[in-house]
Amino acid sequence: MKQLTRRSFLKASSAGLGGTVLGGCSEGFDWATYFQDRFEEMSPEEVQKTLKRLEKYYSNKYKTKITVKGTPSKENTVFGYALDLSRCVGCRRCVYACVDENNISRDVQIHYIRVLKMKDGDMNLEESDHYYNPDKVPEDDSYYMPVQCQQCDNPPCVKVCPVKATWKDPDGVVVVDYNRCIGCRDCMASCPYRARKFNWREPEIPEDKLNTETHYLGNRPRYRGVVEKCHFCLQRTREGRYPACVEICPAGARKFGNLLDPESEIRLVLENFRTFRLKEELNTQPKFFYFFSLG
Amino acid sequence: MINRKQFLALFFSLIITIFLRPTLFASTTSENSFIPPPVFSSENHPCSDCHEDMEPNTQRRQLEENHSDIVIQGHGEPERWCLDCHDATDRNKLILLNGEKVEFLASYKLCQQCHGAIFKAWEPGIHGKRVGRWDGPKKIYLCVS
Repeated sequence: MKQLTRRSFLKASSAGLGGTVLGGCSEGFDWATYFQDRFEEMSPEEVQKTLKRLEKYYSNKYKTKITVKGTPSKENTVFGYALDLSRCVGCRRCVYACVDENNISRDVQIHYIRVLKMKDGDMNLEESDHYYNPDKVPEDDSYYMPVQCQQCDNPPCVKVCPVKATWKDPDGVVVVDYNRCIGCRDCMASCPYRARKFNWREPEIPEDKLNTETHYLGNRPRYRGVVEKCHFCLQRTREGRYPACVEICPAGARKFGNLLDPESEIRLVLENFRTFRLKEELNTQPKFFYFFSLG
Repeated sequence: MINRKQFLALFFSLIITIFLRPTLFASTTSENSFIPPPVFSSENHPCSDCHEDMEPNTQRRQLEENHSDIVIQGHGEPERWCLDCHDATDRNKLILLNGEKVEFLASYKLCQQCHGAIFKAWEPGIHGKRVGRWDGPKKIYLCVS
């Protein structure tokens, strides 16, 4: 047997180590992803580079051309949302339109919107039911209250994040950097609206249902082990379009607009109706308003 | 002084600009908000197709041959009937209480006569459904769509 010298040992081990690193690279491990900065702190060039890299990554992974945009907030825009509870019929179309728009996992079902069935004349959330399944909605003795991320102006989830993976963008939308999130789920524990969802598994998206128009902070496909939530369809709203849930609602119960524009639909709702916000006493200051248009 | 070549270039660019202008203009104006036509509008299924040769009968009655499936139950049935809203002579128009004839596309003017408060909310977009852009052109749904 040949004696193992110090020199040959070092040679062989360094070759092995190099092979591991190179092999790892070819399987998709990406040093650039690993050492990526926080999205908030990136320079415009870095953002472009990151978006390019992600587009390549997703296009390879899903075998189709996927665009990842990084559209920043519009000037003088703060998004607000209003929901007319006397119009909502509880059909859950918004729930599934949202799933389709935002590339949300189907196999392990994740929904950004939970529609709560409430007893008529009662505001007790503890007694609400989001698993209602009658043959026909609306039922006679109940009304429905869809709950999703309330885009708080004083968001508790942002305060507790240990890695600053979630923050409030200038247009008031609380966003998540899926590359930064470590999946500790502190934000989920801190959210009083149960708005945040965790990807326990790699999201299952049927090939024909993939939405290829994505946004870095919005609907790009998530990884396993990261938290996600409603982001007012950033990929649509930052281009000027209505969110998917607004467009699908058959009753026209959902209103969306710019809170800083006095002519916007949302401002008219706030001026003409008595609105309320969920769990106002917690001082989360949501930008999601509920109102009853009919007495 | 400019030479012949430069003059020609300038001239043609001017011509191109003039000819392109209407198309540019059209592309911006066509993006305005619009109201989608109802299923049976005067464009896609004109009522006059059948009614043109018929003598209008303004007698309030129960329809038996055609349109017998139309019920306006729950919408002031004993008082209302077809010709309260449809014009007897011009079948492709609706008629308001003041005698003004309006297109099917402007049916909201008809509804507004009784449902003023809802119209007031519909006009700025609080009542009813809208699709499109929150900061620009949108598709506005009618009461009947």
